[in-house]
Amino acid sequence: MSVAGAAAPKAPAPPLRTRPRDSSSSWPLADRIGLACCWVAGLALCAIAATIIIYMAIKGVQFLRPELLFSRPEVGVDQSSSGGFLDPLLGTLLIVIVAVSIALPLGVIVAVWLTEYGRPAGLARAVESGVEIIAGTPSIVLAIFGLIVFQEHIFGFLSFTASGGAVFGRSFLTAGTIMSLIALPLVVGATREALQAVPSHMREASFALGKTRIATIRRVLLPAVRPGIATGTVLGIGRVVGDTAIIVILLGATAQLEPGEGPAGIDVLRGTGSTLTSYVYNNSPVGEGNAPEKAYAAACVLLLIAILLNSTVTRLAAGRRGGSAWIT
Amino acid sequence: MTGAPAPEAASRASRRWSDARAEPVLAGLSVLVLAVIAGMVLFVLVSAWPSFSHNGLGWLGSGGGPVDEQLRSIQRSPAEPSRYVYELHAWPLLYGTMLTTGLALIFGLIFSLLCAVFIVEFAPPALRRALEPIVRLLAAVPSVIYGLLGILALGPLLGGLISEESKESVIYVVSLTGLNLTLATLILTIMITPIMIAMIVNALRSVPRSWTEGSAALGVNRWRTVWKISVRAARPAIIAAAVLATARALGEAIMLSMVSGSFAFAPNPLDGLTFFFEPVRPLAATIVDNAEALSVKPLGQTIYAFAAVLLVSTALLSLAGWAAKQPMKKYAGRV
Repeated sequence: MSVAGAAAPKAPAPPLRTRPRDSSSSWPLADRIGLACCWVAGLALCAIAATIIIYMAIKGVQFLRPELLFSRPEVGVDQSSSGGFLDPLLGTLLIVIVAVSIALPLGVIVAVWLTEYGRPAGLARAVESGVEIIAGTPSIVLAIFGLIVFQEHIFGFLSFTASGGAVFGRSFLTAGTIMSLIALPLVVGATREALQAVPSHMREASFALGKTRIATIRRVLLPAVRPGIATGTVLGIGRVVGDTAIIVILLGATAQLEPGEGPAGIDVLRGTGSTLTSYVYNNSPVGEGNAPEKAYAAACVLLLIAILLNSTVTRLAAGRRGGSAWIT
Repeated sequence: MTGAPAPEAASRASRRWSDARAEPVLAGLSVLVLAVIAGMVLFVLVSAWPSFSHNGLGWLGSGGGPVDEQLRSIQRSPAEPSRYVYELHAWPLLYGTMLTTGLALIFGLIFSLLCAVFIVEFAPPALRRALEPIVRLLAAVPSVIYGLLGILALGPLLGGLISEESKESVIYVVSLTGLNLTLATLILTIMITPIMIAMIVNALRSVPRSWTEGSAALGVNRWRTVWKISVRAARPAIIAAAVLATARALGEAIMLSMVSGSFAFAPNPLDGLTFFFEPVRPLAATIVDNAEALSVKPLGQTIYAFAAVLLVSTALLSLAGWAAKQPMKKYAGRV
């Protein structure tokens, strides 16, 4: 017996194993090209996002000054004298408040009715597809629809009436009302999804305790779906904050808040103004202001708000079970 | 509600919130929402009717000089309703819409399909965790910021690329700047990509695992498994994503009015490479540009006609997207 022969039984040949992941170097050329394309696309996506963020951050450092946030826009001959964007910031806040105070209750009601009642079925189907249609409608179409409707005399109380009797149709109330239409589908969608995820034994337990259907909805279901409602609302706020077309057409896009008539508080809502989006639009080269530095500064604030809302949605969705839909 | 007498306050509360009342109230409010939506569709269609009925099928055609001239003469039409001018051939606008939307859709679909496959299958875990917030972020950037970046940063950059001779070759027809078809398509592609990636990723993840595992067990490599099994199974969702992204691209107004050159011109493919540097103006951007003059009745009705075209096409696309997604439902229980 040779030495080598004695050693062989001690160390048996290892079983034939494939690698846990096959290496792409053994793939046919076409497959490797496909894989490379995937990598290029994925890295390009990262690069695009990084470029946008870094570019906006540089512009923000260059042009964003704290005093811009607290000074009102002025009419100035050049960029140094045209003031800040306090009014657009307040305008954004007002629009969000008006839009959410309409879209939130209405959206929850529609979602509850669709999931918990939904009778007659044909009507429920119609409401469902109506919400679907409004979700796909371009905001510019909603904006000019709003203008034609709110210039009718019966809606004169929402904006102000000129001396000739013509209704202006542009105010925070009218713009906020139309804005609520773009937030509505998001609230309805998120609430419905959450309601459908509530196990039916929770409803049955409540019924067994003698609660009526509406009491079950108020005391059991709505508390259970609160995170879903919050997600939908924040998504809606994000859409409202970012929308420009409705503001440009329905808010008048005046640089300062210009109150209409009426008691304090109501007069601002009946008046015109601007939001961050319309401020950016008007100060870009296409607008009348043409102050790119101010536009960049405001865009930076706008982007920060959008990112903040976005991370809120992420945190809310992370609290939910099985948050598979990571974009709505 | 009936039966044992309850304390007065409780009984009043239960009466206010009784089922018999609650359901009609909820249903009524839902129907109100439906009525508002139906009213909107009707309102826009009725307001648009004079423009369509006056022009007939010619509305869709080309001719009659530059569209901007036609719009101006509509705006200047006499005050008596009987003498309103409605003459319009909207082809350049429709063509611009189709061109920007179509090109953005083609590029966006390829790009987002590759990205989605990368996220689901090939990205290292660290990169994958970074990519999901990135997609969400890109979806959350307001369109006006994309427009601002386009007009201030990318536009001048792109304008420098246009050679003098191609500028001279079309100088009698249109002046070329950095704001053109290429820029509009590029930014529109970036805008519609995130929503498509999200939908395709969700679909790829809901393909039953046993299918891909079966394929891998047969010795098929990972790329072919993804391409031949997952992507093929997720086809309905990919179509739905494309359809919904088209609807979004059609409706994008502010960004396109900022970066597309805002000149109602129909880019001519016969111009060769210059084609890509010619300005366009889609329907939605035209509405923004003419919004100031909405109160002039004939022009207002013409603009409502543009809105009606957009409204009808997006509504049809929404329904098509919903229908295309239906086959995916059968996987839901088997993930």
